[in-house]
Amino acid sequence: MLNLAVILFALGLIGLLTRRNLIFTLMSVEVMLNAAGLAFVAGSYQWGKPDGQVMFLFILAMAAAEVSVGLALLLQFHRREPTLDSDTASEMKG
Amino acid sequence: MQHLLWLIPAFPFTSAVVLALTGSRFSRRLIAWLGTASIALSALVAILTAAQFLQSPPVGNAWTQHLWVWMDVAGFRPEIAFYFDPVALVMVLVVTFVGFLIHLYSVEYMRDDDGFARFFAYMNLFVAAMLTLVLANNLLLLYLGWEGVGLCSFLLIGFWYREPANVRAANKAFLVTRVGDTAMAIGLFLIATQLQTLDIQELMRRANEQWPIGSGIAIAAAALLLGGAVGKSAQLPLQTWLPDAMAGPTPTSALIHAATMVTAGVYLIARTNALFILAPQVQLAVALIGGATMLLSACSAIAQRDLKRVLAYSTMSQIGYMFLALGLGAWSAALFHFMTHAFFKALLFLAAGVVIQAMHHDQDMFHMGGLRSKLPLAFWSFVIGGSALAGLPLITAGFFSKDLILWQAWAGPNGNGWFWIAGMMGATMTSFYTYRMILLVFYGPEKREISYKPGAAAAIPLCVLCVLSVLGGYVDTPPDFGGVPALSNFLNSVVPPLNEVHVGPITEIITALCASAAFAIGLGFAYFIYAPWRKIVPREDLLLRLWYSGWGVDWLYDHLFAAPFRFVVNRSASDVVDAIYTGLATLADRISLLLRVTQSGRIRLYATGVAAGSIVLFAVILFAR
Amino acid sequence: MLIAFYIAAAVAVLATVVAITRRHAVHALLYLIISLLAVAVVFYVIGAPFLAALELIIYAGAIMVLFLFVVMMLNVGDHAMEVETTWLKPGVWAWPSGLATILFGELIFVTLHVTPTPGALHVVTPKEIGIALFGPYAIAVELASLLLMSGLVGAYHLGRRVSREEERISAGTDAARAEPGGDPVRAGSDRTSHAA
Repeated sequence: MLNLAVILFALGLIGLLTRRNLIFTLMSVEVMLNAAGLAFVAGSYQWGKPDGQVMFLFILAMAAAEVSVGLALLLQFHRREPTLDSDTASEMKG
Repeated sequence: MQHLLWLIPAFPFTSAVVLALTGSRFSRRLIAWLGTASIALSALVAILTAAQFLQSPPVGNAWTQHLWVWMDVAGFRPEIAFYFDPVALVMVLVVTFVGFLIHLYSVEYMRDDDGFARFFAYMNLFVAAMLTLVLANNLLLLYLGWEGVGLCSFLLIGFWYREPANVRAANKAFLVTRVGDTAMAIGLFLIATQLQTLDIQELMRRANEQWPIGSGIAIAAAALLLGGAVGKSAQLPLQTWLPDAMAGPTPTSALIHAATMVTAGVYLIARTNALFILAPQVQLAVALIGGATMLLSACSAIAQRDLKRVLAYSTMSQIGYMFLALGLGAWSAALFHFMTHAFFKALLFLAAGVVIQAMHHDQDMFHMGGLRSKLPLAFWSFVIGGSALAGLPLITAGFFSKDLILWQAWAGPNGNGWFWIAGMMGATMTSFYTYRMILLVFYGPEKREISYKPGAAAAIPLCVLCVLSVLGGYVDTPPDFGGVPALSNFLNSVVPPLNEVHVGPITEIITALCASAAFAIGLGFAYFIYAPWRKIVPREDLLLRLWYSGWGVDWLYDHLFAAPFRFVVNRSASDVVDAIYTGLATLADRISLLLRVTQSGRIRLYATGVAAGSIVLFAVILFAR
Repeated sequence: MLIAFYIAAAVAVLATVVAITRRHAVHALLYLIISLLAVAVVFYVIGAPFLAALELIIYAGAIMVLFLFVVMMLNVGDHAMEVETTWLKPGVWAWPSGLATILFGELIFVTLHVTPTPGALHVVTPKEIGIALFGPYAIAVELASLLLMSGLVGAYHLGRRVSREEERISAGTDAARAEPGGDPVRAGSDRTSHAA
């Protein structure tokens, strides 16, 4: 079960690091969050306690907030530069 | 009236504040009224106070008005308090009255100047500071006035600040006097720590009790105070600022030279006379400094071309006389000479102001000539003031005061033949340069058209000062001329009386005769060289050039103090220590260039960095236990 | 039950792999939903039916629909596909995969050291979760509500259309910014070709 979480997390990481499209980046973050949640639920299963599941609820709330802000940012970004390439947002580069 | 003492400095101070804050919005008429009337009121209070003081001399011969305690820290408790005794009385009267006349004159002199309000604000503040200095009952308050005077002299010398030379002159005056002020401040610290008080009367009493005559601490205290006095009064070796101080407007020069600033040193020494009596070596040094300054600056005065610089050097010379008198222990003689000097030097400066205005602000005496008929008032002012300066026997004020000093140079406690001879030489030279100046300016062929005639506001002070320059001497006439030493007797309650220790071949009458002879010789030489019918050309030779530059002291100081300092500064501008820091900065710059590459602006790279970092950390936690 | 778990796990992994490698955003989203459904099954299997429901409703339902909305709003066309193709060269995957493999190894190493003592299957009911949530975790709930609130405000602020005046100003600054670099779109595609 934990192994499943680890695999999903690693996959999310690969996606995060590879994709240049901001939508995919956000999706990868979702995958990683979900994997972390899965790990908590696995803990809950391990000890038969509800605490891990409560944690998953919090992660859920956080993911919702993160996605809403992230997508709003993405929209704003797209309005300024007609692309979704994360590498375009490099005005602050040294 | 003693409760109104505080009004004397308060009037000019208030006026100065008002003028400084809102003066630019007033009309010139109002500014002139305000600036002059404040001093007039102050003079009025001073006269009334003095009258009451003379009518019913108080117990202890002094009034003290305690206003409030300035600070109260660990037993150190200086007050804001004014002390009014005969010495302060003379000083206050002279400062307020002469100050008033100079202000009145300034109304006309500065009539077209843009900084009219600023000028009167500075002048009022100057007088207020000087009055604080004179009336202070403790050395700390005196120091406040002392610094105030220094500040105002800086402001006034640099009054026309658009001219870089004036600013340099102002800076020079400020910095040079600062040397003396620092010495004085150290002296105050010494006295405060040793005697636990700065109250002048109290500290002199304690010093007499605690310090034996000639002890090291007394010498140190007196020498440090002397340092301050030397700086403020432009005596050797800190005299260089005074000739340059002529950069300010002429009434300023009159105020600095006659009534305030430069006499502060004389006042300080006279005020703390007990300290100097406890340190005979320092007192002798005072006399030597005074004598040397008197002779050297008289020589310089002979060689000057600039009208005001002649007067400046003559001031130094006359203050030298006062220092000589102080060093000789003739305290009242010094104050007497201070008083008469205030009259005739103010007169000379104000008359010089008239001449300079008439000559289109050209101050070179060799460009002047034949002004006798054009400017009769200035001419007679110069004749009377100059004669008083040179010491025309029996008539003028300067004769009596100088005669007293010369007599004390022989007969006083510290007197000897050398001082007497030096005094005589100084008198001769004074007479020479004074009449040289008058002959150059007022006789001979006319060289330029005049552009100005003095109006009433300028004429009244000149006339009053003329009268005072003549009559001022009769307050203290020597017994041999059937007079009464009224001033000396009056001052004797505060300063030690005049003594006649040395009786010998030189008597007072011989001194007077010799002084008259010195006057005549100087006049004769001046007439012989600068007679009206002679063709006058400025002479140039080495000695005159040396004298012209004030014995090259500026040059000497420049090479002695300024040049090594500049050298060190230039060295340290590019030294090794600097190189280290520059190297560090360069290194940081290079590294930052390298680091800049990592700031590529690509989020994925950053994310990779974060991921790699956490993986490494995680590995460390896992495997490095 | 075990078989159900393994099947669901395999589906989740496969769907995720496909999701992160798709070039079309909508396809990727659909695969992601499948992955999330599989995870929900896993939840159900290991005794968390309430969470399984939530996973379905909130994750697969709300969040993914949000994604879908945005993708449709952006209206990326065929052009985007070509761009994605140029971006997704096989070489690009090498470094992240390496890193992820290391991480995977480390985490597996950790899980191997944990001696799993699976007790009896304990189904956690919503009641239990509710008691825990409003008992010991009350403050955390408050914090979560605060977080959601700030997320709401932030999203509203970022997502609103700029007023005309602000647009003009920002357009001006954008123009000024873009001047040295030229057209921002082309600047981006330049970099694209450079990366390729």
